[in-house]
Parts: sequence; C-alpha cells; structure tokens
Amino acid sequence: MSIDVLSPGLLTTVQDLGRFGWRHLGVGTSGALDAYAHTLANMLVGNPANAATLEITLTGPRLTFQHPCTIALCGAQIDAHCDGQIIPCARPVQLPAGSTLTLGACRTGARTYLAVAGGIDVPECMHSRSTDLRGGFGGLAGRALRAGDHIPLRPSSLLDLTAPCIAPWWIDDALDAAHSAPIHLLPSVDALASPGTLLATRWNISAQSNRQGLRLQGPALQLVNNDERISAPVAPGTVQLPPDGQPIVLLADAQTHGGYPCIGHVIRADRQRLAQLRPGDTFHFAAVTPQQARQAWQAQQHMLARLQLAIHARREAMTC
Amino acid sequence: MRHWQLQRLGEDGLLLQLGTSIDAALNTQVHALNTQIQAQRPAWLRDSVPGYSSLALFLNEQAFAHSQDPLQTAETWLHHLLQAAPLGTARNTSRCVEIPVHYGGEAGPDLAFVAERARLSSEEVIHLHCSAEYRVAMLGFSPGFPYLLGLDPRLTTPRRSTPRTLVPAGSIAIGGAQTGLYPQASPGGWNLIGRTALALFDPQRAAPSLLAPGDRVRFIAINGT
Repeated sequence: MSIDVLSPGLLTTVQDLGRFGWRHLGVGTSGALDAYAHTLANMLVGNPANAATLEITLTGPRLTFQHPCTIALCGAQIDAHCDGQIIPCARPVQLPAGSTLTLGACRTGARTYLAVAGGIDVPECMHSRSTDLRGGFGGLAGRALRAGDHIPLRPSSLLDLTAPCIAPWWIDDALDAAHSAPIHLLPSVDALASPGTLLATRWNISAQSNRQGLRLQGPALQLVNNDERISAPVAPGTVQLPPDGQPIVLLADAQTHGGYPCIGHVIRADRQRLAQLRPGDTFHFAAVTPQQARQAWQAQQHMLARLQLAIHARREAMTC
Repeated sequence: MRHWQLQRLGEDGLLLQLGTSIDAALNTQVHALNTQIQAQRPAWLRDSVPGYSSLALFLNEQAFAHSQDPLQTAETWLHHLLQAAPLGTARNTSRCVEIPVHYGGEAGPDLAFVAERARLSSEEVIHLHCSAEYRVAMLGFSPGFPYLLGLDPRLTTPRRSTPRTLVPAGSIAIGGAQTGLYPQASPGGWNLIGRTALALFDPQRAAPSLLAPGDRVRFIAINGT
C-alpha cells in the first residue's frame, strides 16, 4: 500500500517523535516540530503517538491514496480538498481508493501534520522513522518528499467507499495559550548586558528560519562577557546568541554542539508554538522557573490524555 | 577547590563544564568521566554527549518515579559520582582506530598548498600527519563528524577563503589548527589533503559511526605521494 506524491509542497517530511540517544555521535533529534499536533493527528486515526506522520510546511502536497485510508490533519489550519470536496481538519476522514488529496496553503501557523491510520511505514533508521535532513537518512530516503515518490503504508482492512466519509465531530487541536501569549524560557548562565531587553522586545521571525532554528530579529543583544566560547553540547530549545546579537532558538534539527553563548532555553510546552510561527510573525519571551516549566509540560500532557479519552469514545461510535 | 560547574540544559539535560579551553588534558578528563558514567549507566540516562571540555547528560524522564524531580535526582547522582571518583583520577582506556588514507592527487587537492604554507615537502606533510596520534574530542557539526585533537602545529593552515561547494565523503582535511574527516559529502572550507575509503558514518550499521567520542585515531598512508 502506498501514497503517490503528485506534488511535494514546500517542505514535506516524514516525522515521528524523534531520534533519541545518538547526540554523542553528532546525530540530532529530528522529529515533529509541533509534537502536540503530530500526536493529536495520530490519536484521531487510532495510531500510537510515535507513529510517523507527514509534516507539511506552509504549502501542502498533492497526494493520491491507492487504497481506502483514514486520515487526519492537525496543527496549522490548511486548505484541503479531495476530488472537489472540502476536507476539514482535526477529525478523522475516510478516503476512498484512488482519492487525490490536494493540500493548499497553511492559513494559520506554519506546520500541519497528516496522519494516516497505521502510520507511514518507512523503515526505522537508528530507532526512528524521522527524517534527518542534514544527515540525509531516515524518513523517505533521508529527504523531503518529491513528485513521483511512493510513501509506504501499512495494509489496512478498511472497506472501500464511494465518497469521503467525514466524521461529524472534531476536536479543538489548538493549544490553550493565546496567540499573543509569551514564549516561556529558562534563563541561562550567560548574562546579558541589559537583561531587560530580551524580555521587553517583540521579536520578529526571520525568513532564514528552518527546522534547525528560528532566527529572531530585533535590537542587538550584548553579553556581559564577550570571551569566545568553545563548542559545547546544545539541545532543541537552546537560545544562542551569535556575534550579531540576534538570537537563534534551536529546533529539532539543530546541530548537537554549538559555539555561541547560550542565553536560555525555551520550555518544552512552548516549542509546539514555536513550530507554528511564520516568517514575519512576532512574539515576546517571558522567564519562568524550572518548576513552572514542568507544570506547563504536565498540563499539556494531561490535556493530551483528556483528548485521547474523548477521541477514543467518539471513534468507537463512528459508523462510516 | 571545585573546578567544575554544573548547569541545566533545558528541562531534560545537564551540562557539566570542566573548563573553558580546548585542551587535550581537559578533554581526556571528559572522556574518562564519560567512561565511568557509561559503566554505571543509570536507567534514566538517554545520552551522554562529550564536548571539548564539557559533558552533557540527557535524561529519559519516563524512567523516574512520579515523586522524583528528574533533574534534581540526576544532579545528586552526578555529585556523588564526582565525589567518589574525583576528576583526573580515572584511567583512560580508549581504543585506537586506524584509518587508511590516500594522500594527495585527486583525493587531496590541497596537499601542495598545505606543504607550501608549512615550508615542507608533500612527503613531510604526510609523514607528520601520519606520525601523530589524535583524539576524537567530540562528534558534531554533522552525523559522525569527528573533531580531532593532536595536529602537529607545523601543519596549521588557514581555511580556504572560498569554501568548496562539495567536499567528497571520506575527505581528510586541515582547517586552522584542526584536522578532521568529512563523513558525508558536504560544503566545506578546510584544506583537503587526502581521502579514506572507509565509511565513517552509516545509519544502517549497529554502530553507525566508525569513530566514537574519546577514540584515538591514527592515519596510515596507503600511497607514496
């Protein structure tokens, strides 16, 4: 079973929750940047959270499903059509064999996750199906989708239908935080000359941003101590300050080591929101304590658990 | 006196800094400590990642009891380890990996430039490069890319003013006071002096990287010039 790629979209990659335990070999984590939306999409089609999905960036692909499939779209709101019919997000949809799904532009946010029941069945590589774009492995041939690709799927027992069957219910896949809420960070030991500026500034997302990092534009920040740093381990969420004073927030594809000073770490619960920022969007930072970071993460995990229960009950009652 | 500093790397990582310089003795301490940590390998340890003079520990929080604060538990564990076996006392038991290299020619188009800068013959450059024993200080930049310590200072050569758009996989290169190997074909600004046919990184292998942090490395010339 497979999906045929008619057109790939801007940057569509296979991702699961990431590749862990290999940073000592210079291998980054990869994985869905918005793990929350990725997980919800999987839940809607009955997959475990770590099943591989397609991460769609800003503009979506055109895909033909060879066999009947249950799919779900979560994350950024995206224009989706199947042979003329509008396909809504955040709910399960059954597609007949031979359907062509056309995904347009993300209307809010930057990344949409397309889950397929059974999961994208590319082979595991170093214990993960995530695409490592820099290393060129994992996912589908270690790269973004291209026209003509065939994405392998698990066989499904779904009976064929004559038209898409759209669940009459949906979930709220948005995070609790308001769009204007700050991105929370844990301050780091590298002290800024005027620490207030980091938090007082509305940072602008540069178009140079990608899965490795979000480049921020604003007033140039300065450190108290400008001695050169030597390369040391970094992690997704680390906020680096290059000599030009414009911070970079590292994302899942970041290098494992960095030589720039580290001024903070964005908390895990807010990295989902980072993933949805588009070039030109703005936000501001707020500092939190490790305890608050942990509470925010637990609250997000509890929300996922509640949604899982609600989804499970509704899927049980599904008729088509 | 305590000569190390422990800080947090986000919510699931610790960063132990032993110093702030690129120093072979300091790096040896990093790997000796890492060996000890690997020997005990607590269930919550997801990864331990050496840097030149630092070591990061990443935690798997699911391995902790609900009542435990993961980072605090890991910090306490590390403090105990450092008290029981102070830094600098552990023995260094790394393995040595030999890398056959075809120096010069198409495989090493910058060998003549490196020789000219060093006022040496190409043969002397090869001899010096093969005489030293190197240490994999850390792997980073790209999967399996080793940062090696131990280059003879006479071979220090500035990076190319214009980086190459494509450096072939397996290239052995000198950039400034460092020497390294490119596991994947990639752009690069270092001076290429040779190439190895060994696959440095293969994600399909059980041990994907030929080199591990802390390994010693020797280059073996497999041709005259």
